[in-house]
Formats: sequence, C-alpha cells, structure tokens
Amino acid sequence: MMKKIDTSGMSCPQPVLMTKKSLEENPEGLDIIVDNNTARGNVERFLKNAGYRVAISEQGDTFLIEARK
Amino acid sequence: MNDKKGIIIAGGAVGIIAVLLVYFGNPANMGFCIACFIRDIAGGIGMHRAEVVQYIRPEVIGLVLGAFLLSLKNKEFQTKGGSSPFTRFVLGIVVMIGALIFLGCPLRMVLRIAGGDLNALVGLAGFVAGIYVGVIFLNKGFNLKRSYNITKIEGYIFPVVNVGALVLLLLAPAFIFFSEKGPGSMHAPLWMSLAAGLIVGALAQKTRMCTVGGTRDMILFKDMYLLSGFIAIIVFSFIGNLAFGYFKLGFADQPIAHTDGLWNFLGMAIVGWGSVLLGGCPLRQLILSGEGNTDSVITVMGLLVGAAIAHNFGLASSAAGVTANGKVAALICFVFLGLISYLNSEDLVKKGSQSLSKVNVE
Repeated sequence: MMKKIDTSGMSCPQPVLMTKKSLEENPEGLDIIVDNNTARGNVERFLKNAGYRVAISEQGDTFLIEARK
Repeated sequence: MNDKKGIIIAGGAVGIIAVLLVYFGNPANMGFCIACFIRDIAGGIGMHRAEVVQYIRPEVIGLVLGAFLLSLKNKEFQTKGGSSPFTRFVLGIVVMIGALIFLGCPLRMVLRIAGGDLNALVGLAGFVAGIYVGVIFLNKGFNLKRSYNITKIEGYIFPVVNVGALVLLLLAPAFIFFSEKGPGSMHAPLWMSLAAGLIVGALAQKTRMCTVGGTRDMILFKDMYLLSGFIAIIVFSFIGNLAFGYFKLGFADQPIAHTDGLWNFLGMAIVGWGSVLLGGCPLRQLILSGEGNTDSVITVMGLLVGAAIAHNFGLASSAAGVTANGKVAALICFVFLGLISYLNSEDLVKKGSQSLSKVNVE
C-alpha cells in the first residue's frame, strides 16, 4: 500500500512542499490527492522533474496523482 | 522549454501592454501596479483623502473579471475559504504598507527596473531577501491551514462588487473622488484600461503568473516556470520602453520613486516575505479572488484597508522620500511578520501530533 497524502485546501506552494517532504520518507512512490488544477499542474511538474512516472485520475472534485519511481 | 512557452508569451504580453498603458496616459513605469491601483481605488471611494491618488482603476476591475470569466469557462471557478482569514487580512495590510514605502507592488518594481529605475533594483534585492526569509519558514512547516469548499454564492460576490465599482466609475456620482492632479489624474482611457485588465487577468489566470512564486519556487524546488514569466515581463517591457523612448537609466529623478536605498530594500522585503506567507503576490491575490478564493478576497480587502491606513497615518512614501511614520510602521510590520511566521510554523511550535504535513489519509 502506497502512502497517501491529501493536499486539499492547501494554498501554494503547500501541495508541492507536502509532496516533497513525503517523498523524502517514501522515495519509492506516493499517492497524492489534490483538489484544483493549479496544484495538480505544480505537483505533476515537480514529480516529473524529480524523475517520477506520474498517472492522474479524476475522482469527483479531486484528482489522484500516483507517482512511481 | 515547451511547457514555459505559455507563461513567457503571457509575461511578454503583460510587459508590452504595461508600456502601452503608459503611452495612453497611465503614470510612468505604472502600466500596472496592483498596490498603487488599489490605493487609488481606496482614495476614489473616500477611504483616504490623499487628493493626488484617487481614481477607480479599471485595470483592477478587469483583472478580477478576466480571471472570473476564464475560470468559469475552464471550470476552474471554485469557491473556497476559511484558511486563517483574519491573518490573511492583516498580512494584506502589511504587504500594502511595505509596497507604499517602496512605491510599487512587485509588478511595478519589475516595470520600474525595465524603465531604468535603479532604485527598483535595490527593491528587488530586498524582495528576494524577503522571499528567502519566508521560504525558511515554509521549510519549517509554515502554513495557514486548509481552506474548505463553501457555497458558490460567496465566490460570486467579489466579481459582482467589481461590476458595481465599474458602474460607480461610469456614473461618477458626487461621493466618488477623482484626482485632478498627480498620479491619480493620469490614466489611459477607461475602456482601454478595462480591456488591458481583462486580457492580463485571463492570461494570469491561465498561466498562474505570480511575481513572488517565481523566486520562491526557484529557491524551494529549482523550478523555473513562474520565474520565466517574471523575466519575460522585464525583457518585453524593457524593449517597449526603449521603443517608446521611456528608458532612463539612473537613481535620481525617476518617476514616482524615491532614492532612499535602505527603505526601498526594507519596503520590498516586507512585500516579499508577506507575499510568501500569503502564497502569492498582490496580482495573484486579485486573480485568485476572481476564481472564487474568498481567502484572497479577504487579502485584497486587507490591501485596500492597508492603503487607507498608509495614507491616513502618513506611512506612504512620496518622491520626497520616506516618512518617519512609515519607518516606524515598517518595523512593526517586521515584528508582525516574524511572529506570524514563527507561530504558524509546525516544526517550530509543536502542537501535539496534529502536524498537517504528517497527516495520512489511510
């Protein structure tokens, strides 16, 4: 089971910061919930720059971002 | 490079539109200045009586409505609120005081640099220093907690208020103030300013342009995205200024600026630090307020009240220089920023195991 973090409602740049911190503890991968397009784009860009494969799925009002090494 | 194309084009457009607004009547190096324009609006609706800076700036209305309309179209309009609203309100006041000590928001700082005003380079140094301090606290767990989804109506009110402001501008009833001299009297034709605001509002909504975010993301994540937009504004408004013959290099006699380096530095340091805590520069706050983010609406209200305070209490600088009251206010702002930063940093102030950054969903 991948570790999952929820960044809903956090303002910039918290979603990326939370992702970065969690990845330091779980470098193999992470599931991230974001609730807006800005955070989705920022987190996705950060993950790709950090060398992760990224899959995004829409779940109602939120997005699930799955990052894998 | 490809992912940055959009924001570089947007930044270029902002730079050129800013120079055109000056050509058509806006004050020099002030095609856009979110702080100055909100200050003028505060004057226009009588919240302060500084006679030279009173006008309901259509650019601001356009920015909000441009972001509002595009976010509706893109289905990105989301009504949210509840993330430490009063902290954000006071931070808005603080950022405005810093900006009016320097004489410009980060966007005008950029336009001043592109016009050859070297005082703005000193401001930039302060701005970066302020952002750096803010980032230190971000790394120590600073955050203003989550916002929540709230009723759509709440998010529609601010765009409607802006339509109301436009109506006031058009009807010009006796209780609205318009400067007869000074910067407030200098403005491009109403419809041109409004159109400029609408275009830039839409571009900024689309690209998430943020003057503070550029330096912040570079320090935090080595991410150049937002910084590319920031640089594009400088480059294109510089080219525009050269083309129109507005470029004038030097410290002395720059338009609506003073030469007190220390306070230019400190004023912008307040703006940089405060904006990092808020999650975005004054421009970004306006855009977010159009997208339904009521925490940003509260921040903009803080900017508005901050402008009134700055002029009523004699804190705002002028071409003559910084005021004694302004210096005292700046020191109070730094103390406030320090306390807010420290007290909201989870790694510095342990609050049991409730640390947000460590909460797992499952």
